[in-house]
Amino acid sequence: MTSGVARMRRSRREGVPLLALVVAAAGAAVFVLPLIGLLWRGFGSDVWEALTAPAVRTALWLSLVCSLSATGFAVVFGLPLAWVQARAQFPGRTLLRGITMLPIVLPPVVGGVALLLAFGRRGLLGQWLDEYLGLRLPFTTAGAVLAEAFVATPFFILTVEGALRSVDRRLEDAARTLGAGRWTVFRRVTIPLIRPSLQAGAVLCWARALGEFGATITFAGNFPGRTQTIPLAVYLALETNPEAGIVLSLILLGISLAVLVGLRQRWWSVL
Amino acid sequence: MRLAGTVRVFAAASLTAAFQRMASAFEKAHPGVAVELNFAGSQTLVQQIQEGAPADVFASADETNMQKLVASGEIAGTPQLFAHNALQIVVAAGNPKHIGGLADLAKPGLTITLCGPTVPCGRYAGEAFGKAVLAVPAASQELDVKAVVTKVALGEADAGIVYVTDVRAAGSTVEGVDIPAASNVVARYPIAPLKSAPNPATAAAFVAFVLSPEGQKGLATFGFLPR
Repeated sequence: MTSGVARMRRSRREGVPLLALVVAAAGAAVFVLPLIGLLWRGFGSDVWEALTAPAVRTALWLSLVCSLSATGFAVVFGLPLAWVQARAQFPGRTLLRGITMLPIVLPPVVGGVALLLAFGRRGLLGQWLDEYLGLRLPFTTAGAVLAEAFVATPFFILTVEGALRSVDRRLEDAARTLGAGRWTVFRRVTIPLIRPSLQAGAVLCWARALGEFGATITFAGNFPGRTQTIPLAVYLALETNPEAGIVLSLILLGISLAVLVGLRQRWWSVL
Repeated sequence: MRLAGTVRVFAAASLTAAFQRMASAFEKAHPGVAVELNFAGSQTLVQQIQEGAPADVFASADETNMQKLVASGEIAGTPQLFAHNALQIVVAAGNPKHIGGLADLAKPGLTITLCGPTVPCGRYAGEAFGKAVLAVPAASQELDVKAVVTKVALGEADAGIVYVTDVRAAGSTVEGVDIPAASNVVARYPIAPLKSAPNPATAAAFVAFVLSPEGQKGLATFGFLPR
């Protein structure tokens, strides 16, 4: 105990070794310099002109629609899935959890290929959708939403499942003993308890959906107004109109910063 | 002359198979030389070079993109045409939708993918539709010609417009439907060494090799037309 305290005091007095400081600074530069580069080139350009260009407005609007729809998907399907994964006992639960988390680490292009093989016109389910319902997802906005939802929903599930696991079950039990039904308990006790996580998960999921590129272009293709979301527009604009590409990048950067600031209490205090 | 070092060749996506063969033939002719290949849509390569990607040689699928680098002063000397190519309609093997020509692409109910308007094959396809006085709505504007072939090979698209050489390179999963000369477009491929080439002698030698009878013969085996 005493020696532990002494060690802590000593380490505080010693400070950070110079070598670590230098290497850390080089590491930080990797994160800081691209940010400065974007701001440096971005503020030289006419932001307003780029923002009002019809192509940019179309991409912005489409991105908003797709990312919000993907977040809607995440809430509608992800919440029950998170609940099942957190609470239900069944064989294969670990496997299910692994599979629903996979898109977080999976390269998005691979995700896009996998989506094609499942929901494409020749895909596992896609061929039936096409034949019996005339429903085709590739090259449609619905396809872009599906690609974004595939990549982003795991972030919602991960956040909410963690929260559901840490809920004090005695509060739910108490409500049950007082005569509340399971649905009432879920709605009136569980949901309020996990509300901060629901919000954080939804925001995180939305931000990831907004930035989705690889799965979208692979599965949904690229067409202005239909599947060309901002990240795709940024990539293409760099080839024709770099100024617009940089301004669009700045917009995405601004949104990302806002998300980070919005979530700071949840994350920065924990870390 | 004894050449050494690495030559970095930025080449249009439609050159993929042909230039892979070209690179190994060049390496065989000049032991000690290594060729690094970077394939993408010509417009992507132009952007990469303008942003300072290290490159020795640029081979474009159209003159427009080459001209961009000439204008920004990146090209050493004058670009030289080294190949021609023609457009073809790519369809699934067996042509299940019975596409017989450009006019069939305008039929409703078909999913057509094209290259984007900045991609050479997209611009050429636009010219071909212009000649045939057709408006064909694309389901997707792909970033390079190989992506169009892939979408058709996977069955996601019913048809697309690519180069003759791409249909040939794709093998048996797809087949080509000819576009008559009256509405076809001749794609012109220029090549040039770059001013910033770290290895100018080897870069010049690679360009000369592509233009040589041996290089031209190699391109012809992949379906490219002589310069």
